[in-house]
Amino acid sequence: MEFEQWKNFKKGDWQSEINVRDFIQHNYTPYEGDDSFLAGPTEKTKKLWNEVLDLYKKEHDSKGGVLDIDTKTISTITAHNAGYIDKDLEDIVGLQTDAPLKRAIMPFGGIRIVEKACAAYDRKVDDEVETIFHKYRKTHNDGVFSVYTPDIRAARSSHLITGLPDGYGRGRIIGDYRRVALYGVDVLIAEKQDELDVLNTDELTEEIIRNREEISEQIKALNELKEMAAKYGFDISKPASNAKEAVQWLYFGYLGAIKSQDGAAMSLGRTSTFLDIYFERDLQNGTLTEEEAQEIMDHFVMKLRLVRFLRTPEYNELFSGDPVWVTESIGGMGVDGRTLVTKNSFRLLHTLQNLGPAPEPNMTVLWSTRLPEGFKRFTTNLSIKTSSIQYENDDLMRTTLGDDYGIACCVSPMKIGKQMQFFGARANLAKTLLYAINGGRDEMTGKQVTPKYQPITSEYLDYDEVMEKFNQMMDYVAKIYIKALNAIHYMHDKYCYEAEEMALHDREIIRTMACGIAGLSVVADSLSAIKYAKVKVIRDETGLAVDYKVEGDFPKFGNDDDRVDKIAVDITKNFMNKLRKHQTYRHSKHTLSILTITSNVVYGKATGNTPDGRRAGEPFGPGANPLHGRDTNGALAVMNSIAKLPFDSAEDGISYTFSITPGTLGKTDEEKIDNLVNMLDGYFTQTGHHINVNVFDRALLEDAMEHPENYPQLTIRVSGYAVHFTKLTREQQLDVIHRTIHERI
Amino acid sequence: MNNEEKDLRYYAKVHSVESLGTVDGPGIRFVLFLQGCHLECKYCHNRDTWDINSGSYQSLDEIFDKIMRYKNYIYQRGGVTISGGEPLLQHKFIYELFTKLKKENIHTCIDTSGMVALTDDIKKLIDITDLFLLDIKHIDDEKCKDLVGRSNKLELNFARYLSDNNIPIWIRQVLVPGYTDDEQDLLKLKDFINSLKTVERVEILPYHNVGEFKWKELGLTYPLEGVRQADNNDVKRAKEILGIN
Repeated sequence: MEFEQWKNFKKGDWQSEINVRDFIQHNYTPYEGDDSFLAGPTEKTKKLWNEVLDLYKKEHDSKGGVLDIDTKTISTITAHNAGYIDKDLEDIVGLQTDAPLKRAIMPFGGIRIVEKACAAYDRKVDDEVETIFHKYRKTHNDGVFSVYTPDIRAARSSHLITGLPDGYGRGRIIGDYRRVALYGVDVLIAEKQDELDVLNTDELTEEIIRNREEISEQIKALNELKEMAAKYGFDISKPASNAKEAVQWLYFGYLGAIKSQDGAAMSLGRTSTFLDIYFERDLQNGTLTEEEAQEIMDHFVMKLRLVRFLRTPEYNELFSGDPVWVTESIGGMGVDGRTLVTKNSFRLLHTLQNLGPAPEPNMTVLWSTRLPEGFKRFTTNLSIKTSSIQYENDDLMRTTLGDDYGIACCVSPMKIGKQMQFFGARANLAKTLLYAINGGRDEMTGKQVTPKYQPITSEYLDYDEVMEKFNQMMDYVAKIYIKALNAIHYMHDKYCYEAEEMALHDREIIRTMACGIAGLSVVADSLSAIKYAKVKVIRDETGLAVDYKVEGDFPKFGNDDDRVDKIAVDITKNFMNKLRKHQTYRHSKHTLSILTITSNVVYGKATGNTPDGRRAGEPFGPGANPLHGRDTNGALAVMNSIAKLPFDSAEDGISYTFSITPGTLGKTDEEKIDNLVNMLDGYFTQTGHHINVNVFDRALLEDAMEHPENYPQLTIRVSGYAVHFTKLTREQQLDVIHRTIHERI
Repeated sequence: MNNEEKDLRYYAKVHSVESLGTVDGPGIRFVLFLQGCHLECKYCHNRDTWDINSGSYQSLDEIFDKIMRYKNYIYQRGGVTISGGEPLLQHKFIYELFTKLKKENIHTCIDTSGMVALTDDIKKLIDITDLFLLDIKHIDDEKCKDLVGRSNKLELNFARYLSDNNIPIWIRQVLVPGYTDDEQDLLKLKDFINSLKTVERVEILPYHNVGEFKWKELGLTYPLEGVRQADNNDVKRAKEILGIN
């Protein structure tokens, strides 16, 4: 292949095959300096951003924080006409619908969800749409419930397995949107045509038929993508010829995805260093200034901050604050030892200063102890100022994923364009433990949910007996869990296939079955209490264990105490191995995450008293966090505990949400930066996987609760994403305030 | 177990659970509070550290292992700070500990009044200490005796010795209104500090009474009852007099 748009690029394999990594490696310019080159916002940017802020305000003042809904148009890549914020001011164009913040309906996942969501905001789905989806077109949601077995339904409605994507889009698939910019859509279509030829085999097996159908869908989506761009006056059939076009092309690729799918997490990938190559070329040519480069990135980010989906109130309870996880992975090191940090990595993060803090895009720094010092200091300083960044361990992930992976959602790493996941929400392990004690009866309803197991009848819990029964119950949960996920992803592929995103993948991809667990620290503490203290069971008249009395003290997770930390490690490995025993849809590879997002509150609500002394209804710790207030040995002790959890058994990510007061970090600004850098270096050297960094005083949050109008942009990291604090429900806000905010390192 | 049964090179009398901090020396510090103090500072906020007979013994290996759990956080810019009490009362133990830490390239620091004689053992310890946080109790000898019950001669000598042997010092001065904030005294302190050549930093620690309850818990009268806490303005004024930022 040869294109004039590729002028001045260094040659490589990327010209004869779809290979974005090869293009990056041959052409990017590592940047080891500091942030002094960065430019502030231009007048145009300020003006446009003020218009966006006005829109935000209108949205915030609308019922349920939803400005408008297009209830008539079934959203597809090409369904809506072009839309603008302010056409003359926008460097980068493209909206999900024909107006900013107007939400689209995407009924292929499930019509009932769409109806429910519309009703929650006093709207009604158009009659014709209802007719189509009730009468003629089956949805993903219909499909799943037509095959769910009674044991799955029971586990689901009792919240043993929960948050399953059976009524909403699964998301967590990252298209390689860079391909659109580098190759133009025509090359991608041609490549897909070649793939169809490969799949013209002697026997058309079920698998090959499915693959052929999917690729046909992908080709169709790519053609629609061109059509969509044409509505905005762009021809994206050929490669992008400069930086502004590269950003625009890439964004169109992403826009196609968010017009056709409303998955729980619609992540962007790892784009900033790729784009830097175009910026560098233009800067070298003298056709672009630093101010203009920053302006393009600022405008791009504004678009990413406008991404919206239509959600139901139940969904908002699980994932609070209207997140979309436009996760962008930044930095990291190359396998050749050069840093993948470029000037454009700085520009992207700098939008937090030019436009002010914001939850989206979900800024994810891939941290390596070998990152350039200037970049480490820049990002940690931004964390201290904005609490908007999460960090993930590049040194850990690079060993298995290479240097062109990105994070989907919060903590899920995948090779860009070469890997996708079947998102599996999570199993409630704390409830599983209670079921083990009660022989499968629910501790809150008394209902027999699983087949009848022998309950524990002794007055005091015996560790070995509990472990034996817990193992049996985990076996059962693992089995039901994988059954449910197989059904869900079969139907999602069938009725709600992500054609556009998958068109930006290779033909042969790695698929993972991304399971998850909630309540790990509750389970570890409960087992520790049973082992190191005495736990007396309190039963109701039907013999159901409804409460526990702990006599004596016991080691608690989050204090760097091996006695209990080892329990958490063993449970993780053990449950992972139980999952591995079950056959998965499309032979996907089993993985596990220790991540709850904000659903730790909902899961806690649905779980009775636990043997660690936690009261019924109280939230779990988010992700892998210790239970609120149990970590009493300071911040680094928690980090050490969490870093012990084995990434090998939790390859889909281990989330830790960390908060510290500014004063605890150090006296001066420089010291705070130094110390945060050292903490991150230390945590990641200890093989910690992920950390959300919040730097604030509790008083600030309390004030923001009382006077939200003064904090329109106050952003905090919750579990794997960031959120506008004032968009959280009061319950969630209190949960955040009650979490440990370290005043001790 | 009493003192005679322990080899005090390998056991320390520890006051409190070791914790990490960012204010006692550069970077992230593992801070070990040793038990026992021979001074009687009226403003002491850790009155419970005075009695050498309380606290609990911990072994060198135990403490070293605990520190090493945090090596990855402290080896770059931070390190280990031994505070107290007066840590130099247990200098033999600190010497053994620092010897091990230096092998791991970990920065060592002692937070002390310097009110000890410069014996050979103390000098050996100074040699393997990277930084001293030196709390000058009072520059005026008579006032010093009143405030902490001892003459300041030893600590001024100690400071001089550190300076002569190129050992970095952070000077600390607790600012107690009516006791240590006299302008003439502060100017004298300034002259003394200026005569030292290894002072890297001068810190003003404003007096606060949060340690008062510890006196009362021990059934003692708080000597500074009624003395007001130093505020930002006091600190600012003292800094101006001392000519520091």
